[in-house]
Formats: sequence, structure tokens, C-alpha cells
Amino acid sequence: PNQTGRNRSHTVGKLTEKQYVGFATLPNQVHRKSVKKGFDFTLMVAGESGMGKSTLVNSLFLTDLYKDRKLLNAEERINQTVEIIKHTVDIEEKGVKLKLTIVDTPGFGDAVNNNECWKPITDYIDQQFEQYFRDESGLNRKNIQDNRVHCCLYFIPPFGHGLRPVDVEFMKALHEKVNIIPLIAKADCLTPNEIKKLKDRIREEIDKFGIKVYQFPECDSDEDEEFKQLDKELKECTPFAVIGSNTVVEARGQRVRGRLYPWGIVEVENQSHCDFVKLRNMLIRSHMHDLKDVTCDVHYENYRAQCIQEMTSKLAQDNRMESPIPILPLSTPDVDTEKLIKMKDEELKRMQEMLNKMQQQMHDKEQ
Amino acid sequence: MENRWTGGNEEKRNLSLGGHVGFDSLPEQLVSKSVTQGFCFNILCVGETGIGKSTLMNTLFNTMFENEEASHYQNGVYLRPRTYDLQESNVRLKLTIVDTVGFGDQINKEDSYKPIVDYIDTQFENYLQEELKIKRSLFNYHDTRIHICLYFIAPTGHSLKSLDLVTMKKLDSKVNIIPIIAKADTISKSELHKFKIKIMSELVSNGVQIYQFPTDDETVSEINASMNAHLPFAVVGSVEEVKVGNKAVRARQYPWGVVQVENESHCDFVKLREMLIRVNMEDLREQTHARHYELYRRCKLEEMGFKDTDPDSEPFSLQETYEAKRKEFLGDLQRKEEEMRQMFVNKVKETEAELKDKERELHEKFEQLKRMHQEEKKKVEDKRGYLEEEMNAFNKRKAAAETLSLSQPVKKDKDKKK
Repeated sequence: PNQTGRNRSHTVGKLTEKQYVGFATLPNQVHRKSVKKGFDFTLMVAGESGMGKSTLVNSLFLTDLYKDRKLLNAEERINQTVEIIKHTVDIEEKGVKLKLTIVDTPGFGDAVNNNECWKPITDYIDQQFEQYFRDESGLNRKNIQDNRVHCCLYFIPPFGHGLRPVDVEFMKALHEKVNIIPLIAKADCLTPNEIKKLKDRIREEIDKFGIKVYQFPECDSDEDEEFKQLDKELKECTPFAVIGSNTVVEARGQRVRGRLYPWGIVEVENQSHCDFVKLRNMLIRSHMHDLKDVTCDVHYENYRAQCIQEMTSKLAQDNRMESPIPILPLSTPDVDTEKLIKMKDEELKRMQEMLNKMQQQMHDKEQ
Repeated sequence: MENRWTGGNEEKRNLSLGGHVGFDSLPEQLVSKSVTQGFCFNILCVGETGIGKSTLMNTLFNTMFENEEASHYQNGVYLRPRTYDLQESNVRLKLTIVDTVGFGDQINKEDSYKPIVDYIDTQFENYLQEELKIKRSLFNYHDTRIHICLYFIAPTGHSLKSLDLVTMKKLDSKVNIIPIIAKADTISKSELHKFKIKIMSELVSNGVQIYQFPTDDETVSEINASMNAHLPFAVVGSVEEVKVGNKAVRARQYPWGVVQVENESHCDFVKLREMLIRVNMEDLREQTHARHYELYRRCKLEEMGFKDTDPDSEPFSLQETYEAKRKEFLGDLQRKEEEMRQMFVNKVKETEAELKDKERELHEKFEQLKRMHQEEKKKVEDKRGYLEEEMNAFNKRKAAAETLSLSQPVKKDKDKKK
């Protein structure tokens, strides 16, 4: 009971019935809108010729992107330069549309002299960033095309003992421009022990050389244990050892994608044979959007910030505003004139000495 | 054609023997001699790091040759020869395995073939030097010339790599090459068939000469001919044993099956071993000596100026030519020495002359300065003389003035008294 009406305090009492506001439907709205808008994804594949890149892409997206491909022979590849070739396909699954762009880099690492063979690739990535930056800063931003590369699959040959110099140089040139996912190619030439050894070696070398490959984001702490366990396994499995196949074989009564050998059948989607399933799940089923986010939020932002900095410093130089540009030192006197002066000085000194000597002689003679 | 020894003609005649003479034991005598001496075989393995060279050698010779894993970060290519003494029954083999360390790892591989070519040439050169010696001992010379080069092709399934083509072209005139497809358990049967065809066609279209197993000897011509059609051999190496059935065989165990090294439907290892070791080892040695070495020797001697016939088409004696060359060379050396001495003498003369000139110049200057000094001195003397005169004159006038002033003052007083 209150004294006066004015002193009544407003307490949020417990409602007997929860009043439904409705913003819990937001996720559904996002889902609906995104399905309508459709998605796009740009995937780059890089690695020497013959590593199975095209086969893997076909296996990943269950399609045949490379129908009429012309392969160069060894003689043509001696002085080959790196090309950039884009294949764009529109694929749809359960109403969700995906515009998939695969960026191929034929010629990488194939020539005899591969100095800076990654330059066309880094130039391409930068060009896409530049294009997006310009579009983003433009007036009409309705239909911006996002051609930025969201992920680069790098194929490491399984024949060596780890990373080779060209692998290290390539990844170092690209790791701050694009999400790199290193893969061990043609993994059906390695026994399980050999795979483990190679993976450990590659992870070690990636650390040693300071290469920043794509990191899976940490699980939310409120995810269930099973998910966390799967996530942990995934992370410990990198780099993924993959096998691809364009052909379907009959194994254990089923028709699966695989490779037929006299000693057995390798099944692409068998997790005890290779990490293909892990790669597919990670790349397409769970982390595709994260790859896009990291590209936009990290790589692109770095590029943009750097670009703007360069532009402002150039402007500052032109307008001679206060900027941390050091003043040029006074031009040093001509080296030649200095030499001449020195020479003449010495000559004068010598003549002076001679004169003194002669005077001394005459003085002696007199006495 | 007359033979001055017998006076008869040199036509060959076939005689039939009346009984068993016994010279059919000659091959055995030869064999027994060579077995006592022991055999020597040198293999060069060319291929990128990690492609399986060491493992294949271990598998071929059923021995664990010691080797550490090579690193991918060598600055260049270098060759690592290792010699082993093996024995099988009563046959001794001195086996040298030469490894190419660092091959294929550099970013710029334009010079990768050079160390390999240099090594092969050096072994030829060493043999040539021994052959040209006056006191030589070829029978117990350790022959290090490479008898066979196994070129390891990576199993990409497409074609040769550009480096492979460039390297094999540089080697094919210097050594017997057998190309092999390494780690062949990653290529399926159909892919392998296409791969082999592509490789051979690339080799042919670029004019690369690989070793052909000889088909002139009927006892082995059939097997050799069929093997020639299987090139390049697709091999798998392993020193680990896996139980298959109730036997332990050398194999690689995968989750999907076991690849057996000595199973001919799995890979061509058995074919390689058969061809390389069991059938054609001796032919490889012969080809190296009779073809590759002879080519090297001929080129080298031609370089040095030797010919087989002189301008008059008379056969040259190597000895005479050698002596003549030597004299020429020494003469050249002497002449060069003379020239240099002459140049030195001239230079010394020049410098001497220059110095003399300078000396003369200085002398002249000295004389000139002396003269100037004399003149100045004279002027000074003159001035002094003049000054003295003035002084004398002044003193005189002063003296005169004084005497004058002494006699004057009395008059003044007198004037005052008036």
C-alpha cells in the first residue's frame, strides 16, 4: 500500500505469459533474402602442371569444367609464362544459386626459369581489389561485381620431402592478399605413415618461414562437444592430402568416384583413403562464407588502407604540406672539382717546399 | 692384294677340323679372367629431390646403401658419388652410385644440367689422361665412367617436364639414358599407357637418343625387343616387407591395397632389373666405352689439333704429332716470355726517360730562380749603396751645419750689446 499515487514504483513484473515480439524470425528473413539474391564465390587453384588441380575441382563441384582443355608439351613449356584463365559457372542446389568462378593459373612453375612466376598471379589479385575499391568509391554502387579472389588452393607435390623453394616463395608472396589453403596433391602415392610425416614437415616449415595460411575460426564455446571434436580433428589434419577423380568406379557394391588400380580401388570420398571429404566440407559446407568474410574484412581492408596511405603521401609530396618527408641534403660538390682542387693544393704545397729549400740553400751559401 | 710376308693372297679360308682342338674354351678363359679381376659398374641417378632415387637403388641391389634425406634448399646441383663393393656367388662388383643432389629444387633451373655434364666429362677426361700416359696401367685402373643414367620422370600423367627435356638433350650424346617413371603407383593403368606414349613421342620429336636394348644377338634379341616397347619403365621401390598370402614380399601398404614391387602386373620393376642387371649390364659398359667415350676422345683430340691424316694424306703417328704439338706449345711459351720481358724493359726505359725530363725541368727552374735571386740581390745592393751615399751626404751636411752653428752665437751677443 502506498501513501500517495506518485510514489508508486514501476517494477517489471513477471509476466505470466511471455509476450512474443518476433525478432526471432530474423535468421529466416536473412535466409530467404540470401536465397533470392544468390551467392558468388571465386576460387583460385595454383600449382605445377600435372598435380591434379582440374580433376580436384571437377570432383569438388561434381561437374566438368575443363572439357576442351589443351595441354602444352614439354618443349612448349620451357619458356612458358603464367596465364590467368577464369571459368564461371552458375550452379544451383535446393533453390540456392551459386555463381562459381574458378581462376586457373596454367604455366605456374612449369618453365625452366621460374623467377617471379607468381607475379602475374599477385597482379591479378591486386587488380580485382583495385577494381572493387574503385567501384566501392563510386557514385552508383547498385550493381557492384565482386571479382575478388576468396580462396586459393595451393597444390604441393607429394614426391618431395616438404616445401620446395618455389612453394615457399609463392605462399609468401600471396599470404597477405588471399586466403591460402595448402593441399598435398595426388595423395594416393603416399602410405598413411608417409602422409603423416609429410604433413608434420609441411606444418613445421610453414611456421618456420612465417607463412600465414588460412586459419579456421575458433569454435564458439557454446557449440556441442561433437562439433568441437570435429573442428579439432579438422584443424589437426591440415594440410589436407587430397585425391580427385573424374571417373566413377564400382567399389563395395556402390558406384563411387575413384581410381582403379590393379592392387585396389581408391575411393575419393572414403575418409580413410584421403582428406577429400574434409576439404569439401570445410570449403563448401561450412567455411565458404567465412572465407569470403576474411577476404573482405582482412585482405581487402589491408589493401584499401595501404592504397589510401600511398595516395595521401603522394598528395602530401605534391603540395609540400607537413609530411614526414625528409629534406634532401645539399648537393655534394662535384667529385671531379674536389679532386682538382685537392691536386692544385698539393702542387702549391710542393712548390712552396721547393722554394723554402732553395732559400735555405742560398742562405747557407751566403754564410 | 699381295701380302709381303707369305707371298700368297689374303683371301680367308674356312677349314674343317679333324678333331676336338679345344679353343672353344676361350669364352670360359675370358670369363674366368674377368671374374678374378672383378667387375665395375657406375650408375648415375638424375631426378628431383624425393622422387625415390635412393629407394630404387636399395630395392634394385637388395642392399641398404647409407644415405640421408636431402634438403630442398641447396643453392645448386651437385653430384655425390658413392662406391660400394658387392659380391654375389663368386662375382665381385665395384658399384658406384652417383646421386644428383638438389636437382629440380631451384627456382631458376637453367644451369641445372651443367654439373651433371661436367661430371661425366671429367670421368672421360680422367680415363683419357690414363690412356695417353707413357707408363699406363689400364688393367687395374678404377673406371669411373658412367655406364648408365637412370632419368627419373615425375608421375604427373601429362608429359615430360620442361627441365626433363632440356637435361636429357644435353646428356644423350654422353651417356646411355634409360628413362623411368618414378613412384608409378599413383598412375592407373590406362593413364600409364597414355603417359608412356606421350613421353616417347616427345623424346622422339625432340631428337633425344635414349639407350636401346641391343637386338643383334639372337639369344637376347627377342626379350630386348619386347622390353624396348615397354619404355619408359614405370617403377615402384620399397625396402619394407608386407605379408601377402603366406610370403613376405617387398611392397607398399595402402588402405586400399598392397602394391607389390616384384609383381609384374603392378609395375615394371622386374623388367628394369632384368634389363639393367641380368641381361645388358655388359652391353652398357661396352657402349659407354666404344661409343660415348670414343666420341669424347675424338672431340677432345680434334680440339687439341690432332687429325688422323695430315695434308698429304699420309697417316699421322700420334707420337710425332704429339711431339710437334709440344714443341710448338713450348715455342709459343718462350715467345710470350720474350715479349713480356721486352715490354718490361721498354716500360723501364720510358719511365727512366720521363724521370730524366723531370729532373732537367727542375734544374732549369732552379737556375731561373737563382738568377732571379741574384738580380734581386743586386737591386738590393744598389739600393743600399744609394742609401749609404745619402747617409754620407746627410752626415756631411749635418757636420757642416753644426760647425756653422758653433761660430754664429758670439755675433749675436755682440749685436745685442750695440
